[in-house]
Amino acid sequence: MDTATTTAHGHTAGDHGGGYHPTGILRWLTTTNHKDIGTMYLTFALIMFFVGGAMILAVRAELFQPGLQLMQPELFNQLIGVHALVMIFAALMPAATGFANWQIPLMIGAPDMALPRLNNWGFWLLPPAAILLTLPFALALFGIGDGAIATGWTFYAPLSVQGGIGVDFAIFAVHILGISSILGSINIIVTIFNLRAPGMTLMKLPLFCWGWLITAFLLIATIPVLAGAVTMLLADRHFGTHFFNAAGGGDPILFQHLFWFFGHPEVYILLLPVWGLMPHVLATFSRKPVYGYKGQVYGFVGIGVLSVVVWAHHFLTAGLPVPALLYFMYSTMAISLPLAVLFFCWIATMWRGAMTFETPMLFAVGFIVLFGIAGLTGLVLADVAADAQYHHSYFVVAHFHYALFAGGIMGVMTGVYYWLPKWTGRMYSETLGQWHFWLTVLSFNLTFMPQFFLGLAGMPRRIPDYALQFAEFNAISTVGAFILGISQLLFAWNIIQCARGHGPQAAGRVWEGAEGLEWELSSPPPHHSWAVQPQVK
Amino acid sequence: MKRYATTVAAFLAVQLAGWTCAARAEFNWNFPPPATPIARDTLAIHNEFMLIITALFVVVFAIMIYSLARHRKDAGHAPANFSGPRGALQWFWVLVPFAILLFIDFVLMGIPAFHAVIEMEDTKTRADMVVKVTGLQWKWQYEYPDDGIRFMSNLTTPPEQIAGAVAKGEHYLLEVDNPLVLPVGKKVRVLLTATDVIHTWWVPQFGVKRDAIPGFIRETWVKIEAPGVYRGQCAELCGKGHGFMPVVVQALPEAEYAAWRDAKKIELAQAAAGADRAWSKDELIAKGKEVYAKQCAACHQPEGQGLPPAFPALSGSKIVNGPLLAMDGKPLPDSHVDRVMNGKDGTAMQAFKNTLDDVELAAVITFERNALGNQRGDMIQPAQIKALR
Repeated sequence: MDTATTTAHGHTAGDHGGGYHPTGILRWLTTTNHKDIGTMYLTFALIMFFVGGAMILAVRAELFQPGLQLMQPELFNQLIGVHALVMIFAALMPAATGFANWQIPLMIGAPDMALPRLNNWGFWLLPPAAILLTLPFALALFGIGDGAIATGWTFYAPLSVQGGIGVDFAIFAVHILGISSILGSINIIVTIFNLRAPGMTLMKLPLFCWGWLITAFLLIATIPVLAGAVTMLLADRHFGTHFFNAAGGGDPILFQHLFWFFGHPEVYILLLPVWGLMPHVLATFSRKPVYGYKGQVYGFVGIGVLSVVVWAHHFLTAGLPVPALLYFMYSTMAISLPLAVLFFCWIATMWRGAMTFETPMLFAVGFIVLFGIAGLTGLVLADVAADAQYHHSYFVVAHFHYALFAGGIMGVMTGVYYWLPKWTGRMYSETLGQWHFWLTVLSFNLTFMPQFFLGLAGMPRRIPDYALQFAEFNAISTVGAFILGISQLLFAWNIIQCARGHGPQAAGRVWEGAEGLEWELSSPPPHHSWAVQPQVK
Repeated sequence: MKRYATTVAAFLAVQLAGWTCAARAEFNWNFPPPATPIARDTLAIHNEFMLIITALFVVVFAIMIYSLARHRKDAGHAPANFSGPRGALQWFWVLVPFAILLFIDFVLMGIPAFHAVIEMEDTKTRADMVVKVTGLQWKWQYEYPDDGIRFMSNLTTPPEQIAGAVAKGEHYLLEVDNPLVLPVGKKVRVLLTATDVIHTWWVPQFGVKRDAIPGFIRETWVKIEAPGVYRGQCAELCGKGHGFMPVVVQALPEAEYAAWRDAKKIELAQAAAGADRAWSKDELIAKGKEVYAKQCAACHQPEGQGLPPAFPALSGSKIVNGPLLAMDGKPLPDSHVDRVMNGKDGTAMQAFKNTLDDVELAAVITFERNALGNQRGDMIQPAQIKALR
């Protein structure tokens, strides 16, 4: 993407006369341009997607057969936890923030984000955090410490109190990532509330911006709770407090309450931007207006509110009192209602359209079907009695990968294919895109469908070695995972080609049926867009 | 249109072919056969819910696939222009799915789920006996408070099988030295706790899974319907041995259970009596070697070299080679005896006085001081340990 945005930059630098325009690395370090920052977020996310993917491929290789072949349990435990932290905090979240940076100003007719310097800082906090997260692996090679955090991404005390320096590194990484997310969220809220083009009332705001607006509020509400929880953990580890130690009057379950008060909304933080994006893509390729705009907005708000009151369904086996179990069961089931509104609107948007199936549309349809599986299995997971069997098992692993890979990552891929021509001014290779889609869908199901059955048969998650009855499904899952991993190279190649300026020139309105302000601009848009404020009728 | 149909067909064919090959190997597609009333209920609810969500999936996506096939530009379909329900009739059709979903959530699924929760959580009504389960890194301790029986349950799968040096046994990773023995047909109230980190006690065929939390008691119950051996595992990540602490329950008919219980009581009484006699150093070292292999070698390693920094070496350790007791016979803080008996807070080193008897403690301490490259030459008697408790 670098070359493309440089071209855009060069094009408009002349328009602005003798401003300060450093080149090379300094340009990226000092940039306050929302497009440059969006590009950096997306590039960072793509790199970390491969880092996190490589980690889990090592894990899947170990799980190919029963027995310990490639690694000891210590390293296995580190890889599963860091995989999750990297994918959630360093791949999915930055990708969504990258979308927000690129698209929100274009979509609402603003010249830039409201707080550009804060924006720059928000991005540059990420690389140090990613280094903190992964550095302990390298330190262990030199005999310093015993590796990265080995508690899974959930940090559960007292295991995390017992852990080595990897836990401290992860705590500080989470603090920094949290600051970055809050800065990004403040910026998005301020931008949406203040910089909309005249005539764009909140109920005319594009749905992508609505999804992000709810996400931003959820982040501001919940990240401080996570930061508090890990700070209490830090104090328990080093400063003699006993928040999570029963012997000192604390309670290990308190940690789970605090963690999941953040952790459950986090799921929707990852998904709301994608849900916001879907109607744009579906309407574009159905050549038809979005169905149920208001319903979707209220759906987002409803899910946002519900997401902060259902957290304990993540530990229903911890021995909660019966009234709490019932409350969390029924409130969790209630999430299916606003979610059903979204599914209804997505399908109704396609209904009686004139559909074509370019890569973004394929990913959107694939997203709806596979995310449907995540939603439906989530509904049964809410049931406390059945959850006793599903919980802590591979059933849950399969469920949340349907939610976060098929829902989150495939949603991001939808957005990348949809907007890449707008960002780079070049069309990606449609053939490669279609290959990428079919390989991804096929191998994703090959990887995770067997995991549902593994869970039902009784395989616990996070074990480095397993009983012989689980061998066949694990072997299939590993084969699927490697195909899935390798297929993503097509994705990277397609992006790199566009960024290098290969491929046919894209028009301003890239897609025949695309509606919205961002398509009024050239592809790529000028370095400073909307110098003249547009009017929305 | 045709091109897409071919692609979709090819995709389905590959998936199907995969599953057909797969069907020949050993696969379990659903819960294992239930062995308790709770597990039977859970299986019934699960099957019902799976049917419901499969039906929802099929109906919703059949509608979508119909649309994908019909409403295509290349099929010549002209796009409609509606963006929401118009008129009372359309509103009715929009609201119907939500009424159905409300009914599914809170009636069709919600009511059986309510009854299942109430039954699962009723641990106390007409309970016939109590068993206390304690999770430790990385083994289980089982205690029968009414009978004064207490023992540890360790994985018996040999390390050579895990490393792949020899063929794996039938119950690879799901086998222990002392299973939990329970009578058939009795409601057993299971109390759960842990000494170090959170563990989760899970036997899939019992339909119950409950966390064992250090410092707190949690409970659940089982009523096993048929004799047999039931196998499960720890389900909460609890450190490096998480995958290696199976739960094995042997269910016996009542008479056989009573016989086992009486025999176990005598066995434990004999072991306790051992604490009162004087042991020779060689006896202690021989016994200590067994204890070390089961309790200590996982972290401190079979040769005592440890896995620093998390698990320190015992060979040449300052603590192991320090004095045994103070001059007046009292324990020294941070001495070898203190560390083994009381553990160290905030580390995986647990207080073994809770799980080992006097003979085992004396034996393992004596062994560590005279083996693994250490040559202190001294020993401690079980009677001395008993006095320190």
